[in-house]
Order: sequence, then C-alpha cells, then structure tokens
Amino acid sequence: MNLFLAWIGSSQMVHLSKIDLAIVIFYFVFVLLIGFYLKKFATTGEDFFMAGREMTAWVAGLAFVSANLGSLELLGWAGSAYQYGILAAHWYWIGAIPAMIFLGLVMMPFYYISKTHSVPGYLQMRYGTAASGLSAVTFAVMTILMSGVNMYAMAVVMKVVLGWDINFSIFVSSITVAIYVAAGGLFSAIFNEVLQFFLIWFGALLIPILGLLETGGWNGMVARIQANFPNQDFTHMWRSLGHFKDNPMGMHWTGIVFGLAAVQSMGYWTTDFLVVQRVLSAKDIRSAKLAPVIGSFFKMAVPLIVILPGLLGLAVLPMHLVPASEAQAGQYTYNDVLPLMLARYCGPGLMGLGITALVAGFMAGMAGNVSAFATVWTYDLYRPFIRKTAPDAHYVSMGRWCTLIGVFISIGTAYLAMGFASIMDYVQALFGFFIAPLFGTVLLGMLWKRVTPMAGFLGLLAGTTASVTIFFLMKFNHDWVAVFALSPDAKGLAQDMYQSLWACTTCVVVTVLVSLFTKPKPDSELRGLVYSLTDVAHEEKTSLFHRPVFWGCLALATLIVLQIIFW
Amino acid sequence: MSEKSEIIPVWFFVGVLFLVYGVLILASGLAEWSHPPATVLSELHAPVWWGALLIALGAFYCLAFRPRKSS
Repeated sequence: MNLFLAWIGSSQMVHLSKIDLAIVIFYFVFVLLIGFYLKKFATTGEDFFMAGREMTAWVAGLAFVSANLGSLELLGWAGSAYQYGILAAHWYWIGAIPAMIFLGLVMMPFYYISKTHSVPGYLQMRYGTAASGLSAVTFAVMTILMSGVNMYAMAVVMKVVLGWDINFSIFVSSITVAIYVAAGGLFSAIFNEVLQFFLIWFGALLIPILGLLETGGWNGMVARIQANFPNQDFTHMWRSLGHFKDNPMGMHWTGIVFGLAAVQSMGYWTTDFLVVQRVLSAKDIRSAKLAPVIGSFFKMAVPLIVILPGLLGLAVLPMHLVPASEAQAGQYTYNDVLPLMLARYCGPGLMGLGITALVAGFMAGMAGNVSAFATVWTYDLYRPFIRKTAPDAHYVSMGRWCTLIGVFISIGTAYLAMGFASIMDYVQALFGFFIAPLFGTVLLGMLWKRVTPMAGFLGLLAGTTASVTIFFLMKFNHDWVAVFALSPDAKGLAQDMYQSLWACTTCVVVTVLVSLFTKPKPDSELRGLVYSLTDVAHEEKTSLFHRPVFWGCLALATLIVLQIIFW
Repeated sequence: MSEKSEIIPVWFFVGVLFLVYGVLILASGLAEWSHPPATVLSELHAPVWWGALLIALGAFYCLAFRPRKSS
C-alpha cells in the first residue's frame, strides 16, 4: 500500500490518507460489481441500449440530470463562477429549466410514441436516411470529443489535486467504465449515474455549508467579494447585462435570452441524445414526461454545489486564480477552485468522499457518452448503412464492442482538449456546431407537417455549416465578432451564444424555404411523428399532483422567483 | 423480460454505498477528534456528523429497498 501511495503521489495540492484511498477504491470495486450483476439483465437490444424501457420517472429523471453533471460540469462551472460570478448560474436556470420542461411536456410524447431508439432514429422516421445519417455522424463525433473532454478534466484534477500520473488516471478510470458499460449497457450507465448523483451531492455539499459558516452567510460572502474585488459585480444575474462591457463575461442579455435560453439550452436538453436517451428508458409515457420535470428541480439546486463554491472562492481564497492560458508555475487556475475549496474544508475521509465524487462524475459522464455513442453507432449508422438485417444478438454484440472501441478513441481525443485554454469554451463551441441547428430541424419536424425530407437535410447541413463558419471567422478575425455577436466587446461565451442563434436561424430559414419548393411526405407516413397528426394522451382523469404539467408550471414559477431574488 | 422485475433497485445500491462511506468517515472523524486536521473550521468536526448522516441515510435506503424474494 505504501509503495502504491508513493508511486501515485508526488507534488500535489492535497495528500490522500489511507481512509481516503479506501473510499476511492471501494467505489471502483462497487461499480464493477454492479456492472457484472447487471450483465445478465442486458441480453436483448432493447435491454442493452434502452435499459428495457423499465425505468421509473425518478430513476430516469435523476439519470437525465446526472448525465449532465460530470466532473467537467463541476470543475468547469465552479471555475466559471469564480471567473464570471453568479452569471454562470444562468446555465443552470434560464439556460436549462425551460428547456427541460419543454422536453417533458411538448417533445417527449413524440419521441416516446414513435418508439425511437435515438434522436437520429426519430429523424430517420421523420425525414429519412440523409438527415438521420448527418445527425448520427455529427453526434458520434461530438460524443467522442465530449468523452475526451471529460477524461481530460478528470486527469487534470487528479494531477493537480493528488499529483497522480495523468496516464494512470486516464487508463484506470476509462477501463473501469469500458468494462461496466460493456457488461450492463444502459442499465449500468443509469445505475452509475444515480449513484454519482448522490455522491456528488454528499461529496460537495459540505463546501457551501462550511463556506457560508466561515463567511457569516450570504451577505458576509458578498461583502468579502466586494472587498477582494472592488468595483466588480459578481453577485447579480441581470443587473449587469445591459451592455457587454458591464460584466466580466462580456455578455448581453439578448445573448442569454435568445442565444442561451431559446436556442442553445433548448437544443442541448431536447435533442442531445446523451440526455434524451435517459428519458427514453422510462417505463411509460407519463414517466417519460415527468422525468425531465423531476430533473428540472434538481438542476435548479445544482448551483448550490457548483456556483456557490466558486463565489465562496472569490470570498475566502487568499490567492487570486488566473486563466489556464496565463498560469505561471505555482499559480492556480479558475478550474482549480473546487479542489482548492475541497482541500480548504475537508480532512481525511471527507476528502476521499469529495475526490470520489469527482471521479464518479467523470466516470458517469464518460459512461453516458459511450453508451449513447454505442446506441447511435449501432442503430443509426451500422444498421442502416452497413448491415441492415442481422439477429438482435448481433447488434447487442456490436454495442458491446462499440463501447470498448469508443472508450479507446476518446482516450485519444482527451489530448485534443488540452489544446484549448478553457474547457468550457471548447464544449460550448461543440454544442454550437451540432446541437443548435439540430434543434431547429427536430422542432420544425415535430410541429409542421409541411417540412419535407429534403428540407430537413439541407436545413441541418446549412445550420451546421453556418455554425462552423461563424466559429472560425470569429476566432481568426476579431472584426467578425462585432458582426455576429453584435459588439466587439463580446467575449468567448457570448460569442458562442450568438453563434448558436445564427446557426439555428440559418437552419430554420433554409428548412422553411426548401419545404415550400419540395414535395412533403403524405400524412399517412407522419402519424405519431408530427403534432397535428398525433393523438397525444391527455391527463384530464389524473389528479392535479400526478400531472407533469402541474409540476412543470411549479418549476417555472420557482425559476422566476430565483431570477427576482438574484436579479 | 420478466426477469428484470427482479433487478435489485438502484436505491439499495445507493444505501450500501452511503452506509459503507458513513462508517469510514465517522470512524475517521472520531479517530481525529483530539487532533483535528489543519483544515478551516476543523473544530466543527464535520466528518463526525456528516458520517452519521450518511449512515442514517444509508441504513434507511438499505432497509426500505432491500432485495426481497418474489412470491
């Protein structure tokens, strides 16, 4: 044991005690045992890729929100909260809750009734192979890149916090993920996501509790931030969004409302198959509608363990953190704020729990990516384009191999992520490329029966092309920032919001125009896929408290109250 | 497919994890009671009450969702 400790530990932020190490190792053993236990239940394609469609609303809802709560999310947004203040909470509130409610109440019935295995699978039924193939390829690329980003985030944490060798962290964690997902498929991924959800909450919740005790509550924290960073506003969500120059994010309220809330978050939460797959595993349509609504309440609470630690870092940390691109030897970066806060308050035992939460977040994030990748590859690329007819067992076997291969490809992509100064900038750029135009394609397809297969494909292609073009124009020539992001003062995240807005707008305009000049599908082929031709079950006979729409409205009302409190 | 109704609920696994971690963290907190680590607010002995909370939650989940033989 001492040799093991000596090997993995060198220069680091904290030292793990033996009890911390026992907590970390127990988690690895535990998830592997669960994976082997679940293997016997993942025998058919429906089991392996869709968890048998037997999950309750609570399990599907927790997995839905947990699939988005990886280590990247924790570290990246805690770092963003240190860098931008409470503005980062927009990504949890207006940038998530309306979209989750929209998914549950409006879009999920179409996904569920059509019995699709995936979002590209829905496009296949609605638009045909061209749009589906394009979506599947872009999703597969994005998923593998995201998996690499997660791996990079985890390896950096292990290196900075514990001094662990980067290759050791990557290989041990990713091989564990590969084994348990290949064994139990989506069952394993969802079980692990629920475990991770609880681990993250109980591993990180002590930071805001002890932090607020140290600062004397919210007002004490705000006073300390103002003393440490005079003339900067880190604690108001809307007041400083009147002009790009008035806030540290370089953001305007139009970017938050139209770019983030109306396009990017809608695109992510309603069409990113990584999260939608969790809801598709629900046992019936009511559970499928309720799962995102349940998830929305937990999502609203996440800033407590992600944004608040970043703000507390502004208040109590003795040093000023810097961007990764400007860090000198011995300096800590924004992304280090959460581990630094963990080290500040947590001794042996609690430190092990916090580190396990981060490792679990990484592993769950990666498991989510590879399980979604395996499904899309097998059902949306391999089956329609390579082998159309094969026994179910063949596709399950393909899914298992694809899981293993996906993990190893993402190890390679982890090194791509290292080339970017900010992890979150990288991820936001990826979302903008693929997710924003996809939202336009899926939504138009669900709501307007006139949209034609050709229009769906060309709209998606035009939106993606516009997104990539705008991204590179703004990256390589700053003059374009004023054109696309409305002001030369718009910074990275603001640019991403407007990039998404333009991409989605391009997709919608091209889709509508092409639809007007091409032949639509007959109504008989669109039943169950389009709003006007689908009989969605109504809920008149259920009590108020059992209706997803009631809880959805309650979530939106809570969201409005939070905006007013932190205005 | 019928076999899947016999899957042990995920909540039971959550309970086991919490129970084991609660015992480890509580034990660690008690062991360092007289010489707490050099962390901020260590005088509050967070591992002791946090460990106890995990044990209580873990025990509840283990009991409420323990595997039962189907009739």
